[in-house]
Amino acid sequence: MDCKSGAGAKGFGLLGKISDVKVILNGGQKVTFLRPDGYFSFYNVPAGTHLIEVAAIGYFFSPVRVDVSARNPGKVQAALTENRRGLIELVLEPLREEQYYEIREPFSIMSVVKSPMGLMMGFMLIVVFLMPKLVENMDPEEMRRAQEEMRSQGVPSLSSLLPSAARN
Amino acid sequence: MAARILAVFLLLFLSAAPLGSSLYEDQVGLMDWHQKYIGKVKHAVFHTQRSGRKRVVVSTEENVIASLDLRHGDIFWRRVLGANDVVDAIDVALGKFVITLSSDGSTIRAWNLPDGLMVWETFIRGSKSSKSLLLSGTNSKVDKDNTILAFGEGCLVAVSSADGEVLWKKDFADASFEVQQIIQSPGRDVVYVLGFVGSSSFDAYQINGKNGEVMHHDTASFAGGFSGNTLLVSDDVLVALDAAMSHLITISFQGGGLSINEKPISNLVGDFAGPVEILALKLGRMFALKANKLITFISISNDGKLDVLEKINSAAAISDALSVSDGRHAVGLVQQVDNKVEFTVKLGNDWNTNLLKETINMDHQRGFVRKVFINNYIRTDRSHGFRALVVMEDHSLLLVQQGEIVWGREDGLASILDVTTSELPVEKDGVSVSKVEQNLFEWLKGHILKLKGTLMLASPEDMVVIQGMRLKSSEKSKMTRDHNGFRKLLIVLTRGGKLFALHTGDGRIIWSRLLESLRKSEACEHPTGLRIYTWQVPHHHAMDENPSVLVVGRCQQNLDAPGILSFVDAYTGSEIKSVGPVHSVLQVIPLPFTDSTEQRLHLLIDAKQRVHLYPRSREALSIFQQERSNIYWYSVEADKSIIRGYAIKRTCVHEDAGDYCFEPRDLWSVVFPGKSEKIVSTVTQKLNEVVHTQAKVMAEQELMYKYISKNLLFVATASPKASHEIGSAIPDESFLVVYLIDTITGRILQRMTHQGCQAPVHAVFSENWVVYHYFNLRAHRYEMSVIEIYDQSRADNKDVLKLVVGKHNLTSPTSSYSRPEVVAKSQSYFFTHSVKAITVTLTAKGITSKQLLIGTISDQVLALDKRYLDPRRSLNPSQAEKEEGVIPLTDSLPIIPQSYVTHALKVEGLRGIVTVPAKLESTTLVFSYGVDIFFTRLAPSRTYDSLTEDFSYALLLITIVALIAAIFVTWVWSERKELQEKWR
Repeated sequence: MDCKSGAGAKGFGLLGKISDVKVILNGGQKVTFLRPDGYFSFYNVPAGTHLIEVAAIGYFFSPVRVDVSARNPGKVQAALTENRRGLIELVLEPLREEQYYEIREPFSIMSVVKSPMGLMMGFMLIVVFLMPKLVENMDPEEMRRAQEEMRSQGVPSLSSLLPSAARN
Repeated sequence: MAARILAVFLLLFLSAAPLGSSLYEDQVGLMDWHQKYIGKVKHAVFHTQRSGRKRVVVSTEENVIASLDLRHGDIFWRRVLGANDVVDAIDVALGKFVITLSSDGSTIRAWNLPDGLMVWETFIRGSKSSKSLLLSGTNSKVDKDNTILAFGEGCLVAVSSADGEVLWKKDFADASFEVQQIIQSPGRDVVYVLGFVGSSSFDAYQINGKNGEVMHHDTASFAGGFSGNTLLVSDDVLVALDAAMSHLITISFQGGGLSINEKPISNLVGDFAGPVEILALKLGRMFALKANKLITFISISNDGKLDVLEKINSAAAISDALSVSDGRHAVGLVQQVDNKVEFTVKLGNDWNTNLLKETINMDHQRGFVRKVFINNYIRTDRSHGFRALVVMEDHSLLLVQQGEIVWGREDGLASILDVTTSELPVEKDGVSVSKVEQNLFEWLKGHILKLKGTLMLASPEDMVVIQGMRLKSSEKSKMTRDHNGFRKLLIVLTRGGKLFALHTGDGRIIWSRLLESLRKSEACEHPTGLRIYTWQVPHHHAMDENPSVLVVGRCQQNLDAPGILSFVDAYTGSEIKSVGPVHSVLQVIPLPFTDSTEQRLHLLIDAKQRVHLYPRSREALSIFQQERSNIYWYSVEADKSIIRGYAIKRTCVHEDAGDYCFEPRDLWSVVFPGKSEKIVSTVTQKLNEVVHTQAKVMAEQELMYKYISKNLLFVATASPKASHEIGSAIPDESFLVVYLIDTITGRILQRMTHQGCQAPVHAVFSENWVVYHYFNLRAHRYEMSVIEIYDQSRADNKDVLKLVVGKHNLTSPTSSYSRPEVVAKSQSYFFTHSVKAITVTLTAKGITSKQLLIGTISDQVLALDKRYLDPRRSLNPSQAEKEEGVIPLTDSLPIIPQSYVTHALKVEGLRGIVTVPAKLESTTLVFSYGVDIFFTRLAPSRTYDSLTEDFSYALLLITIVALIAAIFVTWVWSERKELQEKWR
């Protein structure tokens, strides 16, 4: 039984790559290619329910269930298996285009800020510019005591200031 | 313990990560490589007439039609036909179409020569199978009507080469008429169809080339009977062999009537033994006879006398005749002389003069010359030059011109049988410092460029430089072991009997070796490779020792044919030792024991289920004797629907190598009802798989123990109707039953039936789960199901108090003989595509979550997270389940284009996918093969344990510098402030 059908390759920008398209019957039992006009055919297909798949890089095609009638030779019924939509004509159209690569996001300040190093820098800046402010708001008495403490330790450092600031 | 806690944290962290890994377009080629092949060339047609691109069109044993660049051997285009669509003949018509005859002569297709687009397709429907022959107009030089004559399925068809329209058809329906030859007479538009009727009668039909009417029919009989092929020597003489293969028969059929003569072969070649073959030269009144290891060239004079012209060694290949100017014909001969190859071109009508004689140095790893195709060109001094396309024993394709090999293609890699890996040698010397300093400027420049790239400031030229730098990175193609275990050797065994070692970094061939033991010999007529195993991995202290691999082959196709074993050094490719032909090899079981030289013990099971131990040493035997009682194996007899289990009984009684041979003891058998169930698929776990956690923490703090046993076998059976192809069964009469069988006891742990489903079944078994793919006839869609099995006997170990007090049975040994209390959870989902291969990612410690790698019908490899195939998926997962990462239930599995690991590439003719763990836990190496080969590196849960490729070291440096600068600035500030304080 013959089963001729047209593939609606036109209008999908597929024509340039039409030579890469394969049409596959029953999971590899038969493989055929598209003609320049987008038609394809399988020969000697017995009556029964068959499955047609399309292999095309860059496009997602739903497999098609094809019922070849035993009573009326040449009569064919087709339906997409993905969404159970019946086809009036056996015209195969891709359901969607497939994009195999991630799209790089353009450079933005936020992405740098959000990166671990950006966060580190941010924290640094906060410590550098906000801590002195905190120190300034401290009680002068307290401040002096802290400084004395520091002098006794001999090493002036920000880290020794931090706990005392926190204690306040 | 700390590592375990870390792992748990990592897992928690990972489960929040997005599913699947994906690639940016500019990362293509960083971790992956792809190589295109075509396979062993069967036919070749040159197309060099016009100026411009010179090409050769070839068809191969992998059913590929390809157009190759004659200058460099690159592929202009190629089409891979279906697996059953074997190409019988190719030709070029009208100078712009490639005509192919395929599927036993039932399909004629025309392909556009420049771009490979299919132009037309014509189907011949005949009544019987027959030889298929193609005769295109170009040979007969009657180009006016451009008809192609094709013979297939017992029909002679004339097809217009412009649009594929059938002009006329003549059916030779007579069942006993076997057509051997078709000839188109050059002048008169007459087609001769010649063939045998029965074994002793010869028939010749003359057919009108315009309309297909039979003009004349002759019959002659020959008492001796015919055997095999016939050869056309000229337009009116045919040569055949008689049934006894002792006489040459010449049949002249033109000029009214048939006349048959015979002549004993021994008169021509002297005494001979063994098979005789006649070789066509398609050369004026000449043919070649292959007998007695010699090729004899014989000419036939006009009155039918046979003369011997020359005898040459049979390790030679002869091309078809090529018409050189003014009716002269040339024939190419390629002979093997030691390590060199002699290419001679002779003139047909003047055998003693050589048009050309060249000697070419040939790598002896390519073996003998198998086929040669010649083509001529006019040199600048108007003399004739010749080029030859040579197909070698290892399936490689070479172009020879002017005494040199212009290019070569390693097309043996299109037919890979099995793959294993080997570690590279450890780096001995450190990198010298001077080298680093010398490259410091370059290094800095590179990083500045990369920084520009990340900041999107780079110009397009800079981007090209960056991309080039990334691809060329010498780091990945070094010949030493790396810290992460990304660099390895892939050792592949090909159908041509050649071993290749490929570098995982860039896919280049490190060494290749045609295995002597897998070559045709007296003892072994048709050797084929079967599998390849890691044989010896020397301890890492033994730096001077090289690892080795074991190659297992078989002398004939049938299962009980004698086996061949070969041990090959993995670093140099030299054959250390070969054994064979020995006992037959049905199964090879690598044991988890090694001897003192780190050679792994292997058990080879022969056709009588006897066990042979390798290596054959006393030490190996003593190791084996200790473990002997723990050795179990099974056999699957698919044709009888029986699975049997065995253990070792005693050493063999009637065997030469008695000590190393053991006889089996039948333990159990599972007999499936053969009339209703046929075994369609069996799968076990990978031996090298590592399972990290025994338990699975469910939502609501519940604990489930995985039932982990290396001795589980997944078996799928189908009703007889459902075991054929799709389209032949109806849902009511087809069902699929899957079993999980313990191979020690033969106990069936789980049995499930899928009504209305059918084969093919592709399955993968890992840890405590099986995923299998089959066809659901009711929904008419493919389905994938998962079965997870959990151990109930340990289920009451959840109580923390019990664990603390020690009242748990976790440390008690698990035995297959203890009655397992298992629960199985299962769920099914729809899957869109047909599947060619399925496997699962393996990692070094088994911590990283798993991905299924699915080779789809469109020759792509899809990575699907195992979490999509979790039987606990439900429509509305609870909050706890959501936190754990259970995905809400959908009826079909999602196909996310970004998760194709082959991205925009195809692995044409995909047959297998192999995963190898890298040393880095997050990463696994994936190698997929078919006609093409493709390698990539995958991180199923992203690279959580290392920095990614695009990590910007420059940014890190800048940050550090900025921090140091900030420290100094603040220090100066604080000094100054302190000074001011003091002055106050």
